[in-house]
Amino acid sequence: MTGPLAVGDAVGLIPAIAALAAGTFAMRLAGPLLRARAQLPPRVVALLETGAVVVLAALVAITGLTSGHGFAGLARPAGVVTGGVLAARGAPFFVVVLAAAACTALLRWLHIP
Amino acid sequence: MWRTLDRDLARGIAVICLSVAAIGVSYGAVAVTSGFPLWLPVMTAVLVLAGASEFLFVGIIAAGGSPVAAVLAGLLVNARHITYGLALPDVIEPGWRRLAGTHVMNDESVVLALSQPDPGRRRAAYWVSGLGMLACWPAGALIGGLAGSALRNPDVLGLDAMFPAAILALILPALRRQGQVGQGQDGQDQDGQGQDPGGKARATRRAVLAGAAIALATAPFLPPGLPELLALAGLLLTPLARRPRVPA
Repeated sequence: MTGPLAVGDAVGLIPAIAALAAGTFAMRLAGPLLRARAQLPPRVVALLETGAVVVLAALVAITGLTSGHGFAGLARPAGVVTGGVLAARGAPFFVVVLAAAACTALLRWLHIP
Repeated sequence: MWRTLDRDLARGIAVICLSVAAIGVSYGAVAVTSGFPLWLPVMTAVLVLAGASEFLFVGIIAAGGSPVAAVLAGLLVNARHITYGLALPDVIEPGWRRLAGTHVMNDESVVLALSQPDPGRRRAAYWVSGLGMLACWPAGALIGGLAGSALRNPDVLGLDAMFPAAILALILPALRRQGQVGQGQDGQDQDGQGQDPGGKARATRRAVLAGAAIALATAPFLPPGLPELLALAGLLLTPLARRPRVPA
């Protein structure tokens, strides 16, 4: 896009925003609704919890290591690993998150991408 | 609700909310500098409340893509919320609160809830972080939209490392339960059932490693959002999934 969007064009995007919001809400609602309908055996409940952890871990891998369709460089993965090591050693949660950002910022300050 | 949160978790939630606000600042700045009016990023932040899909939505339209393509891409990125909802039974109560509770379901509130040991703390962590996110993400987008290009590059501060590090720290306990109170000896728990946290953690670790490998291997070829869902194939490595239903 070269210039600012015309007012009419931006307002014209409201149905698209509403569709994205409604679709996202429906997907958020699907899980709890299904759970309320059916009494699931404990084994399935355990499997579903593991499934959420698997998706979250994949999200960590994707957001920690990749950027677009390629690798993220060194700074961000190094920060995430630093945070992970601190977490594994029992550091408080806010220390983990701040150390990850600090490590990444430091490497970038040293011109390591 | 606050009383059930311990101090470290409360501070953790505050840090996550601040980092989400900082990412929101970059979202608002990117949206406004690519030509969108200020209200648009703020509106999507409140109504959609799922950062990655909003960046994608705005990016596709700014690059000249159709709104339909932008909506479909955003929905694909958000499809992971179906698995979150299936895993979270006891935090969203029925009734009018379900509406708000459903809307604030996101990566952070889900992982914070799953990391808590009992239902009370699960609910507190979920609601406090979810509502915090609902306040901080749009507020960040508003500030970023007002500040425009001045604050465009949050990468200098390393903020992009915060989100993966936070999620990693929170899923770590589910991967490490092995060896607690002498349980989970190798060979004793071949089927990895719930009675044995060690065996369960071992099975979870296998599934997580396989899933992350699948996601990373497919990320170069697939549209955003799909690799995280394909990671679920890692569940096939857990005995929980392989074992056929036995009659009681």
